[in-house]
Amino acid sequence: MKAAVKPGVWKKLTNQLDLQSMVWPGIIFVAIFSYIPMYGVVMAFQQYDIFNGILESPWVGWMNFKMFFEAPEFWNVMRNTIVISLLKLVITFPAPILLALMLNEVGNMAFKRFIQTVSYLPYFLSWVIVSGFVFSLLSVDNGTVNFLLERLNLIQEPVNFLAIPEYFWSILVSVNVWKEIGFGSIVYLAAIAGVDPAMYEAASIDGASRFKQIYLITLPSIAPVIIIFMILAIGNLLSAGFEDILLLATNPILRPYSDVIDTYVYRVGILNARFSYATAVGLFKAVISVILLVTANKIARRADVSLW
Amino acid sequence: MRLSLGDKMMQRTIYLLLTLMAVVMLYPFWNALVISFNQGSDTALGGVTLWPRAYTLENYYIVFQDRRLLNSFMITILRTLSGTALSVFFTALLAYGMSKKSLLFRKQYMVFFMITMFFSGGLIPTYMLIRALGMLDTFWVLIIPGIISVYNMIVIRTFFAALPDGLEESAKIDGCSNYGIFFRIVIPVSGPVLATISLFTAVGYWNDWFTGAIYITQDQLLPIQTLLRQIMNSNIMTEIGSSNAIALDHMNRNRTITTKSLTMATMMIATVPIILTYPFLQKYFVKGVLIGSLKE
Repeated sequence: MKAAVKPGVWKKLTNQLDLQSMVWPGIIFVAIFSYIPMYGVVMAFQQYDIFNGILESPWVGWMNFKMFFEAPEFWNVMRNTIVISLLKLVITFPAPILLALMLNEVGNMAFKRFIQTVSYLPYFLSWVIVSGFVFSLLSVDNGTVNFLLERLNLIQEPVNFLAIPEYFWSILVSVNVWKEIGFGSIVYLAAIAGVDPAMYEAASIDGASRFKQIYLITLPSIAPVIIIFMILAIGNLLSAGFEDILLLATNPILRPYSDVIDTYVYRVGILNARFSYATAVGLFKAVISVILLVTANKIARRADVSLW
Repeated sequence: MRLSLGDKMMQRTIYLLLTLMAVVMLYPFWNALVISFNQGSDTALGGVTLWPRAYTLENYYIVFQDRRLLNSFMITILRTLSGTALSVFFTALLAYGMSKKSLLFRKQYMVFFMITMFFSGGLIPTYMLIRALGMLDTFWVLIIPGIISVYNMIVIRTFFAALPDGLEESAKIDGCSNYGIFFRIVIPVSGPVLATISLFTAVGYWNDWFTGAIYITQDQLLPIQTLLRQIMNSNIMTEIGSSNAIALDHMNRNRTITTKSLTMATMMIATVPIILTYPFLQKYFVKGVLIGSLKE
């Protein structure tokens, strides 16, 4: 910025002190609560010890990263992270789009409003409450899922679903769809509402079915919105989940399928107090995420869509 | 408009699917409510789905004997109210400053804020900071780290930037300072956006359990969601029984209470504020999402 070196800057600044003072509390706050932890990632290159603190702890270079790459959990954690993320990208991500497309076909306004009201509700419940519902519904005693399956003669004995590792991914993704589908559809509904009705009329005159109109008009029209959310989702590819997994996978038997980078960082960092090691794992994730986000954004720019 | 046969079939299918979805959306909540009003021992026999079979209020009666619960409820109310007030005030103040084109270093400040949306130090360095600040096991840790939300700042700033210039001009001519304009003119006309952001923030504070789980170890400071999680992973019956004679006596005499029935009642109590405010939440959240998704 050239303006920053002009001689009048100091004077301008003192002239707008009241305006500046509105911004400074926020800046100081973010400097403390966001930037100090960013500086704190240097711990990843240290053998941090509580008595010496960040300033005095010995430097160990890439040791903590190497330790993670060679850890017995590494491949398992990476696999779970990537698989759960991809499952969410393929199922949880398009679900709200599908719901918005379906809601748009509903002519009865009262019905439409009812469905919207009902589908937004789970979004407002905490993950703790949601996990309580899941435990209850899947439980062996009076769990409705077991009750139904038994009634339909599909199983003889109640199944303890949350103790079977192979089921965990499906449960996790279904619960996420349940919680997010309604709320996620709001943006897409708004985008659909912005499509020029004349396009539908023209297509209708040409004899295109509703399904064809959705495919040829609605979807392409809302594509920019979809792409923006897709970029963000790709940036979050290594954030497979945290609260949901932490709360639903309370049974350690599930760990081979439930352990992802974030839950691993929490476990080794906070619960086992291996601060430097956990910071290194977290930093590894953060750096890859930024790279993914920037790359996705670059690719999307070719379609004239960008986050910034 | 006349629909072709194919279009009609598609519509029928959509109505059917949406109705099914509504049932799936509501059922978990309804079933938990039913179980909370049903005798625990009866629930354990199975088959309690849409209506209580052995209706009772005793689960709620026992849960209300648990002093930890009422205390956590109060802590969470206090946290939500003070946290929301502070957060919305400082975020709006920041947003107002950032909405002014005349603000020196505006671009640099914006970059400074935007970076935090895409990169963060992560869990452990944040934990070390909170510890170094002496905020572990204090009420403040439940409020302060969440005060400035960059995302909310951008939403409010977009709204402020769209206000007509004329609104502030006359006040400026009358010699009003930026603070005067902010408090007397801008805040009063920003009701809807501030209400939306307040609700976003309040729901966030109310539903947050993780802050309590990692920074709080004392029972008397636990937010309700964190306590609820502890209850779900422990034996609530012995815990209430060991601290409350009335509850212990009742449980010993009746033997109809189970951990599950008590947990469900606790969950319902923790959800009441969300349900009571849901009509507002829904209305304002929809608005908020739409303001937030506008690109500048």
